[in-house]
Amino acid sequence: MNNWFMLTVVGKDRPGIVAHVTAALFDGGCNLGEASMMRLGGNFTIMLMVQYKGNAKSLLGIIAAVTSSLDLHAHVDKIEGELHRHMVPDVRITVFGADRAGIVAKVTGVLAEAGLNILNLESDVGGAKKQPIYIMHIEGCATEGIESLQSALDIVIKEGIEASITPVETLIG
Amino acid sequence: MIEILVYPDERLKQVARPVERFDKDLRTFVVELEETMRAGPSCVGLAATQVGNPQRIAIVDVSIKPKIKSHGRILLINPEITARDGVVVGREGCMSVPDYTGNVIRAERISLTTCDLNGERKLYQLEGFEARAVQHEIDHLDGMLFLDRLVSRRDDLFRRKTYK
Repeated sequence: MNNWFMLTVVGKDRPGIVAHVTAALFDGGCNLGEASMMRLGGNFTIMLMVQYKGNAKSLLGIIAAVTSSLDLHAHVDKIEGELHRHMVPDVRITVFGADRAGIVAKVTGVLAEAGLNILNLESDVGGAKKQPIYIMHIEGCATEGIESLQSALDIVIKEGIEASITPVETLIG
Repeated sequence: MIEILVYPDERLKQVARPVERFDKDLRTFVVELEETMRAGPSCVGLAATQVGNPQRIAIVDVSIKPKIKSHGRILLINPEITARDGVVVGREGCMSVPDYTGNVIRAERISLTTCDLNGERKLYQLEGFEARAVQHEIDHLDGMLFLDRLVSRRDDLFRRKTYK
């Protein structure tokens, strides 16, 4: 059976959402794959690989009671479920600075041109309310070498963004 | 070549017993263990536990990695970490846990005592990646996997206090 769907659920955060949603999926005969849940700006967000014999519409039906009672929005896409093919990152990049429009586009733009394949990206807005700061962590593969990425980062560093790159040497033992 | 056990094989959870006889069998086993380790692509260490031999034996060799400080091949027989200093987060994977890597906190520097094939104690001062490899292998001898020590990316800085 290779009937994989990507289920996205978004709503106001409160305790117990994951438990309620996954219980409904289990009761509906679904199998779960990989998932990522994040609280973003006080909102609950999750993306969840779901293996299910029916179609997208009936999958939404399985969680309808839960999403309606917790006031959540759900969305389903049919996907290829590629398990057991993890890529291992070889670089970690940290970026931070005073929050301003365009940081992500600027940084990821120069990095993409220098051969970065992003595997993971997380960002937060922190600092004081009046002086917000932006912090971003990226893990990825340097397909054209780490020096190429360092030169790319030097461009944004000149423009006043703090950015550093560290090689990730994965130990296999 | 010896078959490598893969989690959730229960034998990976066994605590290995100390080596008592420094004989021909031990030497033969160490050769086989090393061959098996070197056959794994980018593998820098292997413990006897991972091949179903519950004795306190492992091999570490991080010299295949460029730009990393190395003592070459280190034979671990009845190894003991006698001192630890500093903590550092690094990414680990394992021949016994295919297709998964994760972040683990380890001591940055360690003092290690270990026996050679004749039972003579040797002392090493290790740091960084090599120290991490030795801690990973000694964990295997204690029935622990890196999965037992995972930290999430976001927690890296906050879990340090709970390091054991």
